[in-house]
Amino acid sequence: MTLAVRPHPDPGRSAPRGADGGAGAAGPGAETPGTRGASSTPPRPRASPQRRRRRRRDAMLFGALIAPNLIAIIVFSYYPALYNIGLSVMEWDFVAPSPEFVGLENYVDLLTDPSFGQVLLNTLIFTGVSVVGSIVGGLLLGSLLATKVPLTGFAQTMAFAPHMLPGAAVGILWLFMFDPNYGLSRWAFSLVGAASPDWTTTSDWSLWAITIAYTWQRLGFVTVICYTAILDLPKDLYEAAALDGAHGGKLLRHLTLPLLNPIIVFLSITGIISAAQAFDIISIMTSGGPGVSSSTLSWMVYEEAFQKFDIGTASAAATVLLAILLVITYLQVRVGNRKANDDS
Amino acid sequence: MSSLTLNPDPASGTPVSSGASGTDHAVVGPRANRGRSRGPRRPRWVTGLLVAGVLTTIAVFLIPLFWLFSSSLKPHGEIYSWPLQWIPTSLTLENFTEAWNSAPFDRFFVNSIVTTGVGTFLEISLAILCAYAFVFVEFRFKKIAFALIIASLMLPGHVTLIVNYITVANLGWLNSYAGIILPGIASAFAMFLLYQYMRTIDRDILQAAEIDGAGHVRRMLTIVVPLSSPMILTATLIVMVGKWNEYIWPLIVTSTADMRTLPIGLLFLRSQEGYSNWGVIMAGAVFVSLPMLILFFLAQKRIIGGLAAGALK
Repeated sequence: MTLAVRPHPDPGRSAPRGADGGAGAAGPGAETPGTRGASSTPPRPRASPQRRRRRRRDAMLFGALIAPNLIAIIVFSYYPALYNIGLSVMEWDFVAPSPEFVGLENYVDLLTDPSFGQVLLNTLIFTGVSVVGSIVGGLLLGSLLATKVPLTGFAQTMAFAPHMLPGAAVGILWLFMFDPNYGLSRWAFSLVGAASPDWTTTSDWSLWAITIAYTWQRLGFVTVICYTAILDLPKDLYEAAALDGAHGGKLLRHLTLPLLNPIIVFLSITGIISAAQAFDIISIMTSGGPGVSSSTLSWMVYEEAFQKFDIGTASAAATVLLAILLVITYLQVRVGNRKANDDS
Repeated sequence: MSSLTLNPDPASGTPVSSGASGTDHAVVGPRANRGRSRGPRRPRWVTGLLVAGVLTTIAVFLIPLFWLFSSSLKPHGEIYSWPLQWIPTSLTLENFTEAWNSAPFDRFFVNSIVTTGVGTFLEISLAILCAYAFVFVEFRFKKIAFALIIASLMLPGHVTLIVNYITVANLGWLNSYAGIILPGIASAFAMFLLYQYMRTIDRDILQAAEIDGAGHVRRMLTIVVPLSSPMILTATLIVMVGKWNEYIWPLIVTSTADMRTLPIGLLFLRSQEGYSNWGVIMAGAVFVSLPMLILFFLAQKRIIGGLAAGALK
């Protein structure tokens, strides 16, 4: 921004226009023009304090403008995340007057509990299948929708619609569809002459039931993002490549995928974060059961904290979740950056 | 490549220097230069295959949605007929009246509207103030502040759940609108969208206004906000959908039926009806979903465009 010397503003007009957020900040700044001679072109030594005042006023205004958001983020995101780590070395039930320090006991309990291994594995399967499935499917469907064929607009709309539904409604809809007697599952299996499994109430299938429902909801979103990204790819690059004789699979491998790499990294990071937090579908469809067969870390955090009131265990599980997500995000950003650099 | 390289880390990928012209960062509009033709003519069978693929795509997404609506409109009993009754023999609203009467859905609706409306208004207001500051106000530690806000996107909600519950309980906000709304008003995503958009605003207009003696507040309200209104609308829609669909937080922070929101009401309905009355439960799911679906069909370009802009930038 060019900080030209401002012509002397009409004081009557400018004074009340100070920043409301920084009322104190506006005061000195607003006075300046009045004290300064209007016609005299300020020499350097005089411009400097004015510039400094202005900078200070801007800083205070800046603070005032971002403060509400920043405070909300600190109070409701950073502070809870840190305090959660603190709670993970405590034992507490919400009721006792104060948490009791137990060191790493919660973590030891978690790691030695065989059902926690199951929960971790479930989280891994649920997240992995839904993220990989939605990205592979999304790239396929996205490139399909980016071709010039009829009905793509309608397909795009339909694909995105599940993303608009509340997870609770998606969960309840799929719960009904998976009903072995009255749901679409019975119909689908009857096409191949088989009986539908009892998806949500048997431990062999429950994890797959929630994974399929969640992937269905996520797939449309990913498809539409991929579709948009593919349509935004620079066409001249394709023309140049076509002139060089590249086509089909070669184009896909050497041009489209590298160009889409940043999007893929973005979709996998956000996909992992949201799959790891998926809760409503699980809560509605299986409540993590039967047993722990469809329990993920996010369900476990809720169950331990708000059904069993075991805050220490819940916080420890949440901290494990945080650690895993941070590591994965870090790795993805690193790999994504390196690949992007290699390819360019 | 360089023109398309997106740094997946938004904080470092977006230089905050306000001197940049910003034209190279034009936000992807819903239909920004979207040419479709590419390559030579296709053989006919390939086109056929592609159309079949598109139809399959539609089926994958449409069938469950169709099933939802069709089941909710079926007369009692038809839900359980075999072979499957895809299209109800007669359309009836009895599932809807029964669902409406078996739970305080009017109250759920009011709660959802209030919490979504107020929460969205607050979040978007914070996002506008914040984005304006990052684009138009000078400050030495801008980058750090920006990173601090954007990095909060990486914190999973489940990590903050327990402590936020304790905070809200200590403030005496359990089972209240304040308790449902306030922990959710912090904005990183909407702020980022608006930030990207405001960067493309022509600075000459603002400088002219400044020379005319307009302070920051006036410049924000009379120039930046109106010029950003397309993206503000988009961000509002996206934030609104998120709040309407929110499940876990209202679930733990409310405890009585009169404070529940619609998605939680669905759970309430299911525990009442068990697995015995799917038509009624599907009608409840339609109640919950319909407002956002209508919103989407009215404004899909904006919603998709906004989310794509968030993803592609």
